[in-house]
Amino acid sequence: MPAPQCASCNKARAALRRPRSGQALCGTCFCAAFEAEVLHTVVAGRLLPPGAVVAVGASGGKDSTVLAHVLRELAPRLGISLRLVAVDEGIGGYRDAALAAVRRQAARWELPLTVVAYADLFGGWTMDAVARSTAGSGRSRSCCTFCGVLRRRALEEGARLVGATHVVTGHNADDMAETVLMNFLRGDAGRLARGGGLGSPGEGGALPRCRPLQLASQKEVVLYAHFRRLDYFSEECVYAPEAFRGHARDLLKRLEAARPSAVLDLVHSAERLALAPAARPPPPGACARCGALASRALCQACALLDGLNRGRPRLAIGKGRRGLDEDGPPREAEPEPSGPPASEPVPAF
Amino acid sequence: MCEVGEDYRESAPGGPPLTRPGREQKCVKCKEGPPVVVIRAGDAFCRDCFKVFYVHKFRAMLGKNRLIFPGEKVLLAWSGGPSSSSMVWQVLEGLSRDSAKRLRFVPGVIYVDEGAACGRSPEDRARTLVEVEQVLQRVGFPSHVIALEEVFGLPPSVLRCFAQEPESVGTEGAYKAAVDSFLQQQCVLGAAGEEPWSQPRPQGPQSLAGPPTAVQTEALSRLFDSVKTLTAKEELLQTLRTHLILHVARTHGYSKVMAGDSCTRLAVKLMTSLALGRGAFLAWDTGFSDERHGDVVVVRPMREHTLKEVAFYNRLFAVPSVFTPAVDTKAPEKASIHRLMEAFLLRLQAQFPSTVSTVYRTSEKLVKAPRDGCAASPPGPRCLLCLCTLDVDSADSATAFGAQTSSHLCQMQAPGPQAEAGTPTTLCCCPGLGGAQGCCSSPPWTPCRLTSWPRPSSAARGPGASRRSKRICWGTAMMRRCPVGAEVRALGPHPTRNRQARTGRQGQAGCLWLSTCINKNVLIRKLYSTHGAGRAGPLAVCGAGQRRAPQGRLAGAAVLRQAGGAAASLPTAQ
Repeated sequence: MPAPQCASCNKARAALRRPRSGQALCGTCFCAAFEAEVLHTVVAGRLLPPGAVVAVGASGGKDSTVLAHVLRELAPRLGISLRLVAVDEGIGGYRDAALAAVRRQAARWELPLTVVAYADLFGGWTMDAVARSTAGSGRSRSCCTFCGVLRRRALEEGARLVGATHVVTGHNADDMAETVLMNFLRGDAGRLARGGGLGSPGEGGALPRCRPLQLASQKEVVLYAHFRRLDYFSEECVYAPEAFRGHARDLLKRLEAARPSAVLDLVHSAERLALAPAARPPPPGACARCGALASRALCQACALLDGLNRGRPRLAIGKGRRGLDEDGPPREAEPEPSGPPASEPVPAF
Repeated sequence: MCEVGEDYRESAPGGPPLTRPGREQKCVKCKEGPPVVVIRAGDAFCRDCFKVFYVHKFRAMLGKNRLIFPGEKVLLAWSGGPSSSSMVWQVLEGLSRDSAKRLRFVPGVIYVDEGAACGRSPEDRARTLVEVEQVLQRVGFPSHVIALEEVFGLPPSVLRCFAQEPESVGTEGAYKAAVDSFLQQQCVLGAAGEEPWSQPRPQGPQSLAGPPTAVQTEALSRLFDSVKTLTAKEELLQTLRTHLILHVARTHGYSKVMAGDSCTRLAVKLMTSLALGRGAFLAWDTGFSDERHGDVVVVRPMREHTLKEVAFYNRLFAVPSVFTPAVDTKAPEKASIHRLMEAFLLRLQAQFPSTVSTVYRTSEKLVKAPRDGCAASPPGPRCLLCLCTLDVDSADSATAFGAQTSSHLCQMQAPGPQAEAGTPTTLCCCPGLGGAQGCCSSPPWTPCRLTSWPRPSSAARGPGASRRSKRICWGTAMMRRCPVGAEVRALGPHPTRNRQARTGRQGQAGCLWLSTCINKNVLIRKLYSTHGAGRAGPLAVCGAGQRRAPQGRLAGAAVLRQAGGAAASLPTAQ
């Protein structure tokens, strides 16, 4: 049976049904609606004031590609200027291909691109080296823990290099839903207390971060990229199968199949969680070594690197943080609005 | 691997850190008896130590929270399943101890027969009831066997929260003071001449009314059949059951209700509530005490017992229970959110044995306050059905709520077919807020002022048509949003309602309240009772297709008129 008319322009044939509302739209109208919603999120949440220099965390994946494209379209209306920052973690066979995609995008959009590499920032430690060092202890390698913390630090450094005032990442609603599920399953009350908002305002000298795509579901992001014919890199990280997030993702997909509104329901729940004051993270201070935002004497990145350099890579992971003169459950150094370091295997900048 | 904060042992042994208990191992507590059950991934207990451990957990849970006063009337909600049977058994044993530490409250048992909702035949239900009566005779507490059909006779007072003076528990002095005042109250009331300390006399099961009529049963099954998804059915059943138990507790003077949710069930419930958008109310739904209804407090003393412990205890000590099929028995895993979550958690538990306890521990850290910390401000309006403070935002805020409602605003431009699966048709407040003055900028927690209700025939719920008050929380609204098929015609004129209509308007109010539960396009109005109101005012329920006017009593979309005594009866702002 022929497709119905587009519900908003009533001229073209509808090309899709929006996952959220079931409304039939043609390609152009859908893209327009998507952009309007992102604009509304940014404006209503007051995320990017006019005149901001915005560093977009670009990984070459679908989320960051769509984010950069939409922000580029909206930049004149919002009065912001964009810079692309890509992080090279040193994962062979994966990140180099993704960076090629980022370079093509930067060339096509004529946006300045800066690439920061772990090897330069963190004393020669690439993710492959970290994985080799943590392997063989009889337990999981926790690559995502390292990668997530270090990547956020790298992004911040890159943003400072280009003189940005805000950092944006491309986390979508599915990511946030998976994060809240994962945090509950792992019992991470600190992150539950911190998460749920649209970003962090940037206390203590850290750059404010936000996620404009937070209320857009993953399906819509993919459809937008399809209709705008965007060129992105779509493979999974080599270390992804080991992550705990895979369980949460599997659960979310089943929930979404049973009930399409489950994703936004979870995001709503995450926004409204109320945790006891004792479970909330303490107000942050400054790291003793690098001066970045930290909940304890050392920020998490310095603590992880410390452990790696000492040959005891799991030193900063886990409750028994011997040798660091610390006590208490581990918490993220910088306020991590986007979730735990065991983060998205798929590039989701 | 998954748990945050897991200890890292530098000298980790090669194999799994815990060895399976072999034949030569003894109970880890007394080191003498042969182990019969393994708890907590490695601790083997013998029979007696296990019993001590189990009973101690139950008593400690009651004692730690200090919510139940000596001599208080407590209603035990028994479903026949293993956890609630275990709870009833614990109470029985606890009351019969001859030591100073015996439990000192006055229990009653309620059993709700949900056979109509599950589609069971009357013969099956009668058979189950016989078994139920046998167990209740053994237990010997005053018992109430109620059929779910009684919901049709519930008064609207069930939907109100009777505010109680705040009790400050936790400090020694405050508890003693509370107990003293409670005992004084009992003496003043005279307590029907019954010694609060004596063993309650075994009484036969009492029912509120006779066995349910076939018409009522049919009405109830039609109600449940009209709900299309299993998730919504389960939620509806829970809501109805809660209200029914609440009503019985109120009528018979019980001030506490004990629910037999075990740790595993609560972990599943917590994750399910998350997935249904009830993140704001997790502390009430899964905490130890639930004071939403004001005068009746629901407590969950079994919340630290895992299902495994309950099952083993019931088997080892022959606790009687009655198996009844539920709404989701034999349903496939994908049928509802509840089933999905249960299957997922249990599967994960098999792989990471600490999953359930981790989720439980996280639930202990939740507090019953709005997230923003605006606890100082007066509590906002409450959801009509679940009685929690509303968690809705304004329609254009940069939150998930705003996203959901604004997408509906887009949909309004071209009214598409409303009956598609997964279509969020009407949130109770969204369409009118689009252009209404001042609504969108209203801060959260403030309902819009109610002016007038539009007629349901006006399909174009254009902006500025009217401002509607937000009456149900997100979670409940999501339930209403699921594709409910035909409108409920279960409440057509039938004898019960007519009979009660002759005596009072209670029945009609109850029925219409029920109809609003599952009406897809429901705009839940303030229900008022006609206590003391001489004239019968129509009960307005707006909803597409609800224009049923039997005997001219129901107007299709009448403006809500307030009866004399009802204006002050509901605590919601208007």
